[in-house]
Amino acid sequence: MIPAGLDRRGFLKVSALAGGGFVLGLVLRPSAAGDGTTREFAPGPFVRVASNGVITLVAKNPEAGQGVKTSLPMILAEEMAADFAKVVIETGNLDPRYGPQFAGGSLSTPLNYDLLRRAGAVARTLLLQAAAQTWGVPVEELHAERSVVTHRGSGRTLTYGELAATAATLALLDEKTIRLRTPDEFRLLGSRVGGVDNRAIVTGQPLFGIDQKMRNMVYAVYAKCPVFGGQVVSANIDQVKGMPGVRDAFILRGTTNYYGLLPGVAITATSTWAAFKALQELRVNWDQGPGGTHGSGDYEAQADALAAKPGADVRNDGDYTSALSGAARVITARYSIPYLHHATLEPMNAMAWPASDGGMEILAPTQTPGEAQSIVAETLRIPKHKVGVRFTRIGGGFGRRLINDYVVEAAAIAHRIGAPVKLTWTRAQDMHHGFFRSVGWHHLTGGIDAAGNVVAWKDHLITAGLNSARQAGRAAHLSPGEFPAGFVPNLRFEQSIINTNVPTSWLRAPGSNSLSFVVQCFIDELAHAAGRDPVEFRVALLGADREVPGARPNDPPYDARRMKDVVRLAAEKSGWGGALPRGEGRGTAFHFSHRGYAALVASVAVAPGGMLKVKRVTAAVDVGPIINLSGAESQVQGSVIDGLGAAWLQEITISHGRVVQSDFADYPLLRINDAPAAIDVHFIQGTNPPTGLGEPALPPLAPAVCNAIFAATGKRVRSLPIRRSSLVWG
Amino acid sequence: MIVTTSRVPLYTLHVNGQDRTVDVAPDTPLLWVLRDHLELVGTKYGCGVGQCGACTVHMNGLPARSCQITVSVSASVRITTIEGLSTDGTHPLQLAWIKHDVPQCGYCQAGQIMTAAALLRSNPHPTDEDIDRAMAGNLCRCGTYVRIRAAIKSAAGGGKP
Repeated sequence: MIPAGLDRRGFLKVSALAGGGFVLGLVLRPSAAGDGTTREFAPGPFVRVASNGVITLVAKNPEAGQGVKTSLPMILAEEMAADFAKVVIETGNLDPRYGPQFAGGSLSTPLNYDLLRRAGAVARTLLLQAAAQTWGVPVEELHAERSVVTHRGSGRTLTYGELAATAATLALLDEKTIRLRTPDEFRLLGSRVGGVDNRAIVTGQPLFGIDQKMRNMVYAVYAKCPVFGGQVVSANIDQVKGMPGVRDAFILRGTTNYYGLLPGVAITATSTWAAFKALQELRVNWDQGPGGTHGSGDYEAQADALAAKPGADVRNDGDYTSALSGAARVITARYSIPYLHHATLEPMNAMAWPASDGGMEILAPTQTPGEAQSIVAETLRIPKHKVGVRFTRIGGGFGRRLINDYVVEAAAIAHRIGAPVKLTWTRAQDMHHGFFRSVGWHHLTGGIDAAGNVVAWKDHLITAGLNSARQAGRAAHLSPGEFPAGFVPNLRFEQSIINTNVPTSWLRAPGSNSLSFVVQCFIDELAHAAGRDPVEFRVALLGADREVPGARPNDPPYDARRMKDVVRLAAEKSGWGGALPRGEGRGTAFHFSHRGYAALVASVAVAPGGMLKVKRVTAAVDVGPIINLSGAESQVQGSVIDGLGAAWLQEITISHGRVVQSDFADYPLLRINDAPAAIDVHFIQGTNPPTGLGEPALPPLAPAVCNAIFAATGKRVRSLPIRRSSLVWG
Repeated sequence: MIVTTSRVPLYTLHVNGQDRTVDVAPDTPLLWVLRDHLELVGTKYGCGVGQCGACTVHMNGLPARSCQITVSVSASVRITTIEGLSTDGTHPLQLAWIKHDVPQCGYCQAGQIMTAAALLRSNPHPTDEDIDRAMAGNLCRCGTYVRIRAAIKSAAGGGKP
C-alpha cells in the first residue's frame, strides 16, 4: 500500500523497496533495484540490466487488452537479444523520457517500432562491447542471444547480468546510427508469445485500476445529472451524511466541459458498498437545462428533414451530376447507424491523493495518462508538473478511457477532502455517462454504366453536433478521404448536422466503424444491380495497382494492390463461390484504416423464421510484418466478435435527454453461444513497416455479415442494429 | 434497504480454506466483502446485477454470482475465489488459459475460469454445446470466446473416456 501523502519520488523508493504488494501489484516480478549491492546498466529509459541478472524492460503505453504490454517489450528484447521468457516487464509511469504514452489510433506499433528497436540495439551493442573488453577479443567474434554473449572461437560465455557493471562504464552510442538486426535475424518478432500478465490474470492478482488500494483511502461515488450538462440545484446531503459508513457528502460545482468535470454530488464512505447504498438514497434536484427535452426519435426526424436539402460540400470530384444522368442504372439508399457505448467490463474508476507539495497523484486505468495530467492540472489549477500519473492495466478501453472525466472527478474529490480517494462508477453510471459513437444517416446514390462499372457516387451524411448545428461532434464527421474517394471518378460527399446534447467520441476504429457498414453494403447493392459477383466487383472497383494519395498531406496513401490481395485471400480461404443450402450465405467487405488493410468473409445461416447464426468468419489482414502472432490473431478474432455484438445487438437511445440503457440487459454484449464457431485469421506480411492491429479488422465485420444476410435471404439490412430488422424469409 | 443500526454483526466466512471474520452490514454483497474487506480482488465487479459473470465464485463447489449473494447468507458455505482455485496457479484451466493465450484485457477471465471449473467438475468432457450453454452467462467484452472454448476443451482433453 502507498502511505498517504507520499510524493512521486517517495513512492518510487517505497515501491522499489517493497518490491511487490498491493498498489505495487504493478510490479509483478522481483525487481533488481533497492538491495544496495546490485549494479545496474541502464542505456536509456527503456532497458535496465542488473548485475544479479534481472533484466527489466519498460512497457511504455497503457495496456487495455490490445497487447502492447507484451508486444512493445518484444521489440526491445528482439534487438537486445534478451531472453524474453525471463525479463521483467514494468509499466512505465507518465514520464517525458518515454515520449508519447497513449493507447489509441492503433499507433503504439507504428510510433514505437523504430524507437524501441534502436533502444534495444544500443543495449545489445554495449553488452557486446563489454564482453569484448573483458575478454580482450574483437567484438566481431562475439554473438549475443538469450541474454548471453558467446565468444565463437573459444565458446566462452558471459551473461548480460555478468556484463552489466562493465557495460555501465561504456560511453553511450548514437541510436540513430546503431546497426539494427535484419528481419531474417529475428527470433522473437513474428512468433507466438503469450501475454506477459496472463499468469497474474488467471490467478486473480490486483492488476486493474479498480483493484488498487492505499492506506487511509475513502471510497467515493459521484452523481451527475442524467441529462448531459445539467446543474445541481440542491440535494439531501444531510440525510446521506447520516447513513452508515458515509464519511462525507458535498456538491461540486464543476465546469461546463462535457469531457471534463461536470457538476455533481460526491459521497465518500468506508467501503464501495456503503457508497453505492448512499448513492441509491441520494435525491438531487437537477437543473436539466435545455437538453432535457431531447430524444433520439426527434433527432432522426430532424435528420430526415435535412436530407431533402443539399448538405455542405465535403468533397467534390469530377462531374457527379453529369455522370449520374449518363448512368445506365441509378441506385439510392438510406443507411442509419445508432449511438453506441464502449461498455468496458471494468467500470470507470480512479484513485487520487493529494501530494505533500500541493500537487495531486493519480493512479488510474487511462488510455491517455498525459491528458489525465492536463485536465487535472487545468481543473484544479495546479501546475502540470505537480500532477503525477501512474496507470494500471485497463479492463477494456475501446476509446472510452481516452477521456479522463472519471480521473478528474476522483482528483477533485481528493482535492476537496485532502485525503486519498478511490472513485468507482456503478454500471448504470458508466452506461449513462459515456461518450458515444455518433448516430448518422447516410443518403447514398450510385450510378453504374452499361458495363457494370461505378461511374458516380454520392454520400450525404446527416450527423450530430454537440450543441451545434455548424460543427460535427467528436468523431462524427465525414472525412474527405473515405473510400471510395479516389476510386470513383465522379464523387460527392456532403454533410449536414443536427443539433444534439449528446457528447460523442472515439469508439474503436472511429468513423470507420460506421462508414464501412454503409459503404461496403452499398457497394454490395451496386454489385447486385450490376449483376456481378461481389468479390470480383470489389476487385474491379479497387482498380489498377497503385497508391491513391490521402485527402490531406499527412494522411497515408491507400495501396490498391494490398487491398485487392486481402480481398482475394479472404475469398479464397472462405470457399467463396461454393454452393450453399437455402438460407445460408456468404458476404464480404473490406476496409482500410489505421494504415491496415482488412477483408472479411462472413458465412451465415438464417432460419426461415429469421433467426441469425454467424457460423464462420474468415479474415485476411495486411498490417505489415506481425510482431506477436498470438496477440495479432487475438486482436482480429476480438474485432470480429466486438463488431458482431455491436452490429447485431447494440444501440443507445436518448429519451428526455437521458440515456435509456443502463446495463447488459438493455445493452447486450455478444455471448459465447452467439459467437462464430470459427474465426480464421490470415496475415499477408510484406516488407512495409508494421502498423497497429487494435482496430483495422473491426470495420468490415458489420457489412460482411449484412451482405451475407442478403445472400442468404434477399433481405437488405440498412439500419443497425441488425436485430431491429426482420430477417424472416421463405 | 437502509440499515439504521450502528452496530453490525460479525460474519465468519469460510473462504479459500480459511475462516475470515468481517464486520460489515448484513446486506453487503459477498463481492464487496471479498474485494474491500478480504483483499481478494480477483473477483470482479462488472454489473452488480448478475448479468455479466465477472464476479463468479464457487459456493460449495457450485458457481455463484457473488454480487447477488449477501454476506449474511454466505457464512455457512465453503467459498472459493479465483485466488483459491489452486494453491500455485496450476489448475488445468489456469494452465490452459495461459497455453491458449486467452486473455485480452483480462478483466472477465477470473469469472470465466470459475464458471469453466464448475462445468468441468460436473461434466469432465463437455461438447461444444455444453461449453456454450455453461459459459453463456459470462460476458467477455474483448471477444475471447473462440479461445475460451479451445482452452476448456484442452483442459478437458486429458484422459478422454
